[in-house]
Amino acid sequence: MNDEGKIRVLVAKPGLDGHDRGAKVVARALRDAGMEVIYTGIRQTPEMIAEAALQEDVGVVGLSILSGAHMELFPRVVTELKNRGIGPDDVLLFGGGIIPGDDIVELKKLGFKAIFGPGSSTEDIIEFVRQNAGVGTA
Amino acid sequence: MSEDLAARVLEGDRRALAQALTRVENGGAEGDRLLKALYRHTGRAHVIGITGPAGSGKSTLTNALTAFYRKQDIPVGIIAVDPSSPFTHGAVLGDRIRMLEHWSDPGVFIRSMATRGAIGGLAATTFEAALVLDAFGKEIVIVETVGAGQDEVEIAGLADTTVVINTPATGDDIQAMKAGILEVADVLAVNKADLPGADTLAAQLAALLSMGPAREWKVPVVKVEGRTGKGIDELAAALAQHRSYLQQSGEMANLRRRQARHQIENILKDELLREAIARSGGQENLEDTVSRVAGRETDPRSAARELSRGLREPVAQR
Repeated sequence: MNDEGKIRVLVAKPGLDGHDRGAKVVARALRDAGMEVIYTGIRQTPEMIAEAALQEDVGVVGLSILSGAHMELFPRVVTELKNRGIGPDDVLLFGGGIIPGDDIVELKKLGFKAIFGPGSSTEDIIEFVRQNAGVGTA
Repeated sequence: MSEDLAARVLEGDRRALAQALTRVENGGAEGDRLLKALYRHTGRAHVIGITGPAGSGKSTLTNALTAFYRKQDIPVGIIAVDPSSPFTHGAVLGDRIRMLEHWSDPGVFIRSMATRGAIGGLAATTFEAALVLDAFGKEIVIVETVGAGQDEVEIAGLADTTVVINTPATGDDIQAMKAGILEVADVLAVNKADLPGADTLAAQLAALLSMGPAREWKVPVVKVEGRTGKGIDELAAALAQHRSYLQQSGEMANLRRRQARHQIENILKDELLREAIARSGGQENLEDTVSRVAGRETDPRSAARELSRGLREPVAQR
């Protein structure tokens, strides 16, 4: 049967913090919303995340970070994706974690469509992905 | 567009490979054209199916086998299948976590697939994905599935060589006997062989096999430790032996026919189902029939025969 509308999401944690509760809650919520979620675990380098996004041909990449290194690591994920021919039109990028407002502005300029802070509801995240997601092979 | 993508796959473009896999998995006309273009470039890879219960170490073993092949510079493709929820059709695909050591190796390509509850077509689609990796130039293609249901066993059974994993401390030999899953095995792996009970399990499996009908290929029982890599060279040797057995005995020709028949029949079933629904008044009428059967107004056999009647009538002039 034809499954062209299936949303595939990569949920990844760049950097060294081991706090993956948030990422797992989001992964599970997106799953329960009928999406296919590829989860790659903690301590991922930007190269690893971009490579997984390429091989899995996902339409959506969600990054979770709590270490404070988001301004270092998030832009590098964008660069590594570009190095593999995956631009902002090919994949929907969003992030989550403890991220100050000024940084959010900067990250949006880089191509992050949304940043979800503490207290965000999984319903909002699901709705956001549904509204904005591509489905791979753009 | 598809011809272009197929050409890029054959040239070794990894992004094109990823996109081709999506198209094949999604079904539809683009996937059809792609496979048409790629099919004659397939049949070269050794497709290895690995199955076993959840937690038996399929991903870890796949990872260790991959490390073994990469040391010899053999390109490896992996398809890791995880179940979709039967309720929401969503899935969390986490097998990559066990294979992180290969992330930076361009000779390894890992793709996660969800079962998606396809009607009988799951094994067909997974096998097609393996063919795409084959056409891309992977010499070893590993298809890894949870051996929990008929579908998953079927996927593994479509491979050239099927490995069934068992682990100690998961029940007595009667468990293995009733599993039925033993019958698809070309190679039996006893994983987590460092745990107590591994030797007993290996002996029990060997005894069970010797009770079965004598076959030309004697299924080896190999003890391995996926986590440390101990025994992996032995497992790889058993896989290679099975492949040369297939080639030398002439069984390969039978296998290729079996695979071809399976593909054709499954695709045909899908087609016929769709056609039958379309010709009998569409999805709406199907739902209506389902309600009538559920309400005991008619029975499933009569309903299905009635719905399939359209297939036997000549197509109206277009």
